[in-house]
Formats: sequence, C-alpha cells, structure tokens
Amino acid sequence: MTEKPFNFKDYIRPRFFPHIWCPGCGHGIVLGSLLRAVHELGLNKNEIVITSGIGCSSRISGYVDFHSLHTIHGRALTFATGVKLSKPGLKAIVPMGDGDALAIGGNHFIHAARRNIDITAIVMNNRIYGMTGGQFSPLSGSGKKATTAPYLTIDRDFDVVELAKSAGATFVARSTVFHANECKDILKKAISHKGFSVVEILTQCPTYYGRKNKEGDAIQMMEGYKTNTTRIGSKKLEKNPNLIQRGIFVENTEVPEYCKAYDEIIKTAMKGKA
Amino acid sequence: MVKGKTIKHLIDKEWCKGCGICIHFCPKNVLEFDINEKAEAVRPEDCIACKLCELRCPDLAIQIIEDQEGENER
Amino acid sequence: MKDNNIKFIQGNEACVEGAIYAGIDFFAGYPITPSTEIMEHLAYRLPQKGGKFIQMEDEIASMGAIIGASLTGNKVMTATSGPGFSLKQEALGYACMAEIPCVIANVQRGGPSTGNPTHVSQGDVNQVRWGTHGDHAIIALTASNHQDVFKITVEAFNMAETYRTPVVILLDEVIGHMREKLVIPKPGEIPVVARLRTSVKKGVDYHPYLPREDGRLPMSDFGAAHKYNVTGLFHDMWGFPNNDPRVVSELLRHLVDKIENNVNEINMYKEYWLDDAEYILISYGSSARSAIHLAKNRRARGIKIGVLELQTLWPFPSEMVREKCVNAKSVIVVEMNMGQIITQVKNAVDNPRNVFLANRIDGELISPTDIKSILRMIQGKGV
Repeated sequence: MTEKPFNFKDYIRPRFFPHIWCPGCGHGIVLGSLLRAVHELGLNKNEIVITSGIGCSSRISGYVDFHSLHTIHGRALTFATGVKLSKPGLKAIVPMGDGDALAIGGNHFIHAARRNIDITAIVMNNRIYGMTGGQFSPLSGSGKKATTAPYLTIDRDFDVVELAKSAGATFVARSTVFHANECKDILKKAISHKGFSVVEILTQCPTYYGRKNKEGDAIQMMEGYKTNTTRIGSKKLEKNPNLIQRGIFVENTEVPEYCKAYDEIIKTAMKGKA
Repeated sequence: MVKGKTIKHLIDKEWCKGCGICIHFCPKNVLEFDINEKAEAVRPEDCIACKLCELRCPDLAIQIIEDQEGENER
Repeated sequence: MKDNNIKFIQGNEACVEGAIYAGIDFFAGYPITPSTEIMEHLAYRLPQKGGKFIQMEDEIASMGAIIGASLTGNKVMTATSGPGFSLKQEALGYACMAEIPCVIANVQRGGPSTGNPTHVSQGDVNQVRWGTHGDHAIIALTASNHQDVFKITVEAFNMAETYRTPVVILLDEVIGHMREKLVIPKPGEIPVVARLRTSVKKGVDYHPYLPREDGRLPMSDFGAAHKYNVTGLFHDMWGFPNNDPRVVSELLRHLVDKIENNVNEINMYKEYWLDDAEYILISYGSSARSAIHLAKNRRARGIKIGVLELQTLWPFPSEMVREKCVNAKSVIVVEMNMGQIITQVKNAVDNPRNVFLANRIDGELISPTDIKSILRMIQGKGV
C-alpha cells in the first residue's frame, strides 16, 4: 500500500473529462473502484496495460493514465493475450461490456479462462447494448424489453460466474456498483491473482435498460443491487434463494499460469529436447 | 462532523452530471442539488467523511478532503 | 563442420527461415491448410530462441494477439489461408489504422468460401488490397521460389517496421508445399530493420502518431516510459480519439501516402529478357515459374519474349510496369484467378487493348502450355 492518499486525478487523463457516459451510468463507479484498487495495490502506472473492446464500457481505457489499448469489438482479450504473453511483467486488465465479453467475444472469454493466462477480465454487466441504443444482450435474460425485443426477449441469459467457472477461470467473483468498496477489494484480489481472473460487476444502464424495463432511474437501480444481492452463502440467501450472490466464488492458485508454463517450454526447447 | 477534522467537499460542477446518486445515498443528508441540478454540500458540518459519495460518484466529480490541521484544536 | 545453411524444404518453411532471420519474436496462429506448416515450424523454432508461440482459439484471436505483442516491442507474425484471411480483415484494418507493425502470411488456396483447400489459386490478390473496410493502403509481397520467399519474408518484416503497417506475404499452395533448395544467407547479407524506438525521454511529451520529417513514427513499447493510447478510431497525434474533420482527413491521407508515396522503395520485381521483348509475360508467385519456363523455351525458338515477375503486388508499381511494357507488342498477364492483377496492368500501360489474360482457375498449376496457347492466339498462329 502506498503512503500517499488516493486522488483519482493521479490516475486519469483529465483532459477527457467529463466522460461520455450518461448521467447515472454505473461505469464511472467501476472506473473509480478500479483506480482505487490500483492505488491501494501500489502498482506502477507504467506496468499496467488496460485493453478494451468496443462499447460504452470499453471507453474506460481512454480515461486511465496507463498504457491503453482500445481495440475492436469483442476481441480485447486476444490483444491482451498478445501483450501479456510477450511481456509477462505487465499487468493486463481488460474491462468489457456484457455483449462485448460474452456475445461477440464469448469464444475468447472461455479460451482465455481455459489457458489461465494472467489477465483480469472485468465484465461490466449492464444487461444491454448501450452504445448502439439499447438492444438486448446475452445477459438481458428473457422477458425483457429492448429496441430489438419490442415484444420482450425470449433469449435466456448466461450466468457469468458459472460460465467462467466451467471454462476454468482460476479467480471468479461478482460485485455491484452499489457495493463500490467491496468492488474495489475484489478487484485488488483479482489483479493480484496469478492467473485468469473474472470479476462481474453489475452496473446500471438507466438510459436504455432501466427506463425500458421500468426499473427506474440510476438510484432505484442501485437500490435494486442492494436488495437483490447478498454475500455468498449468507443467511438472507436461505430465506430468498433468488438473491444474486456477491463475493469470490473461485480462488485457485494450484493451476499453472500460462506465461509461466510457456517459460518452461522455452527452457525445454533451448536444451534441444522436443 | 468528525471531531478535530474539517472536511471539504470538492465538487467539480463541470464533471457532475446531476444523477443524484450521492445525494440519495448520503447517510447524513449533507448533499442537495443546486439550482443547476448539480450536487452541492449544503450541510458540510454534518459530514462524517464516510466517502460513500466519492466512491459512488459515476462522474468522478466528488473529492472529500479531510483537513488534518484541525488536530491543533485538541 | 557440416554446412547447415543449405536446406531442402517447403516454401512454408522457407518463410519460417526468413522470419527467424528477420528476428521474429512472437507468432500466433490457428491451423489452416495450406499454411499450417508455417505455424508448426514456428511452434518448434521460436522457443528455441526465447521467442513466444501461441495457438489461439481462432483466426481473429491470432490477429489480435500479434497486434498486442507488437505493441510491447516484438516482431510479430501470423499465417493463414483464404477463410482465415477473411476472418482477420477487421483486425488487419485495425493494424492499418493504429499503425502497428505486423506480418501476415496468406498461403492462397482456391475460393470463395471453403473452396479448394489443398489446391493452388491466386484469388486473394484483390482481397489483400481491399479486404478490410474503409480506405487504406497495404503492402503485399509475393515470390515464385524459396530463395525469394526467404527474401520477401525478411523484407516484409523490414517494411512492417519502416512503415509501421501490416505487411502481407502472399504465397500460394504450390509455393507453400513444394520442396526446393534454400541457401540461408549469412547474418548481415540481407539488412534487417530494427524497431525504431523514440528517443523522447520520460516526462517529455511523446507523440506516438506524429510522423518525423522522414515520415517515420518512432514507437514506444508498452511497459516503457511513455503511456499512450492506441485506438482504431480516428485519433490525434497522442493517439486519442478525435473526429475533427481536419484530423480525420489528415490521418487518412497519411495512412495512404506513407505507402503509396514510397512505391519505388517498396517495389520488388525481377525481369527476364525484357530488353528487346515484343511479348511480355507479367506474372507472380508459382504462375511465374511457368511463365519463365515458357519464355525460355520460346526464346530458344527466336521469339522475342520476356517476363516481368512482380514481387510487390501492393502498392501496385504502375509506373514501373508502364515503363517496362512501353515497347511491347502484347502483354500477357499470367495468373491463377479470373483476372485480378490484369486490371492493374491495363490501368498502368499505354495501350490496355494489348493486354491479355492467361489464367487457370481449376486448382491446377498453370502450365507453360496453357500460356503458349494464349501466346499463339495473339500471334495469330491458332491454338
């Protein structure tokens, strides 16, 4: 931990503020939590590469004063894989939207998890495509309204945590922007974890999701995160099993990290054994 | 107010988009909208520096500065 | 001691040897016929020199991974064929826009779609030029024998660094799979261009996207002193998104000009018996082997015929082609597609009506006889 008190201005590119996100959008809270996590870990800004795809969430990479790589839709994890494997000393953080990470980028998501490459994937789940104006996403779930579902969605949704677990991610967690402090603590652990870490953060899109689905404004949506979620295995869950669980679901340090494993390949190859 | 400390609320009105999250979740009702629908600390003396407003501000528009010079008054 | 620099190998391996000579550090790929041997050999060779190899989950991922690895300061490459090349187009455009040095080998097979995976074609020539969306320039090199495959591979890496751009090595199935002798040049025999890194010190404002006077843009590795933004959006000299009309038009012009204005530096070609040629065969890749064979054969019979073998397909060397063809009675473009480079040749020469196509599109290598029958028709001799 660093001695200096946290000041987000040390970690952002202020000339790009105010940011492009709508009033009440949760993405800015994720940004805040991420910056606090980086600060409390005492990381050098020069050792962080933040890689993002396309969408509202992906704009986060331009606002932070790290090496930043704003790539193409859905493929951020592939670019980050190249960055990390070629220079394992760098910290790779990949913030993604739910459509970015799990629709167009779904294949990359499961394979990055399978490899256990040391990347922190943050899925900023607002259950909608915001940038393009409110189409349903693979996390909207059925019975929801969206511009591409005027008669309600019939598509089922993914559970990000279950998906990440079964794909082999060695750190899997969930939080919400209402729980900004918890969010920061989880991000700290995820970034420190040596392996592929997934943090799903529920974040509101009041403009396209909340309004269309009568979930109210940003404040009501955040109240929703308070009432509809609970810590993993809490007493509240026994009474109401429908609550969404928050916390760390998987933290496995046994599985070899990909870049480390490749270093062993290099050693073998250099000895001339194959 | 926390004893021995003065608390400053730095609110960047250019960055604040007036979502009201800080106002709603402030446990001490320190904040309100100003005439431009931007957050303002109207009862700073009630602030306990829990910093929930800063943490949850989506616009990174609030900074809570705890001034330590108040310690001399002890 | 045994001389280890002479090899009898496939063209795909010659490409690998060229990449190693050029200093490749990182390869990402996905299996696809007929380019897979490039990937297989690099999986073996790269870790031996401390480089990194990764088999990605798909073609798009491979393209993404090499771009990421290039940004940390590595010389990078991927290899693919038709369908895979189609899939890579969006990320290839990203590399054009963000000016990321990288090399993409496309060993052509028959298309469209799954097409004719194990047979030869040169159907991707126009796709290389126009496959990704939007205006842009691209460099594409090709070769007809393994010594040249080696050479253009080294040059592809050199040009990628010099112009901060993706460079496509456009091979074909015959070249890729055929076995032939390769003599690996001694170190230094072919110059190797290193990554140009900025000399701007830490704390001084660095402009990753501001070209120097000579047009080059020194880079700063991810992890080094300068933290900057890389994006596929139109951007300013710091790499930050900007859609100011002036910024947009200036950047687009820069992306095109940095390549099109250097066509003479980028242009590589070979010529055979052109000095007095009345008939000129213009060809490239494995087709050029048949063209050269036929020309040699006809020369022996007194026909004034020569071959212009293109190695740089894009940017198309129009001026050079015009000059070479200025005294020719007829020009025959020999290629294995429905006529792709011929369009460029017709645009380049003074008299496009004297330009004819000798092609083959059935997955078999075009033969000297195929070309001869076109030549005889032009000569008025009948087939």
